[in-house]
Amino acid sequence: MTQNYQAQIYVTLRPSVLDPAGTAVKSGLSHMGHHNVEQIRIGKYVELTIAADTEDAARQQLDQICDQLLANPVIENYRFDLQQVSTPLNVGS
Amino acid sequence: MNVGVVVFPGSNCDRDVVWVTQGLLNQPTRMIWHEDSDLSDIDVVIVPGGFSYGDYLRCGAIARFSPVMQATIKHAEQGKFVLGICNGFQVLTEAGLLPGALVRNRDLHFVCDRVPLSVERTDLPWTNHYRTGEVITLPIAHGEGSYYADADTLKSLEDNHQVLFRYCSAEGKSDPLSNPNGSLNQIAGICNHQGNVLGMMPHPERASDPSLGGTDGLRLFEGMLSAIATIS
Repeated sequence: MTQNYQAQIYVTLRPSVLDPAGTAVKSGLSHMGHHNVEQIRIGKYVELTIAADTEDAARQQLDQICDQLLANPVIENYRFDLQQVSTPLNVGS
Repeated sequence: MNVGVVVFPGSNCDRDVVWVTQGLLNQPTRMIWHEDSDLSDIDVVIVPGGFSYGDYLRCGAIARFSPVMQATIKHAEQGKFVLGICNGFQVLTEAGLLPGALVRNRDLHFVCDRVPLSVERTDLPWTNHYRTGEVITLPIAHGEGSYYADADTLKSLEDNHQVLFRYCSAEGKSDPLSNPNGSLNQIAGICNHQGNVLGMMPHPERASDPSLGGTDGLRLFEGMLSAIATIS
């Protein structure tokens, strides 16, 4: 039977890619007095709900979605958390 | 030479390209809506600058899945010519037609300027009307134009002489000061291994009509034209 899942997807720049926006935010924090903040990397957060037969099937499909569209493997990494939910959650449309 | 200019929602340099190929060079040119996929009559597909699909998610990321890009990938696989300018370059990297990626400019600013570029190689249709090492001036206008690729990819690009344009000083020197966006190896434009696909951040179409103050870009289109005239 089809189950509904909710995924929280995090897309982050690969360590070898410079993040000038992160550097700018770090400088802002330093101006605020937070001199102890050492590294900032800015990424993206995506929430989605998905219907799938099994958790494995959902994970496989999410890998494909992330690899082909949500993240660009040349510059980004991704990871996601997945939970089964009773009804499709409204993630704001 | 039959030219096809791709139009995505958000493209904004499409008409500038048409002005060059049709208006200045008198070549049959048609605009191709992103939902079309028939390119059978086209010699050169040009993916123009702009903000395809609002540049949502990443520049060029969503455009990659449009019907016209699927057809453009097949067009390129047949060895036919594809040129991506600015956002078009970003689309071609996202589509896997060119290696690497274009990321946020080093200084975070949208850079709108005219910059000197050195022409690195002139044995391809794109650049055969230039001289090797010649310094030309073209406009750039982008926020995400910093070329990135991993070390292995960069090495293979250099080993295979796939860098066609590099940011440089007015004297032609490649130094960090003349790098407007932080691109690795000062890369402004690259081609694929076969040489039939070119992507570049500078805008040759904005430097073709003398009334715009520069014509260094026109020779790129003229080179393409004479190469196709030779083939057909």
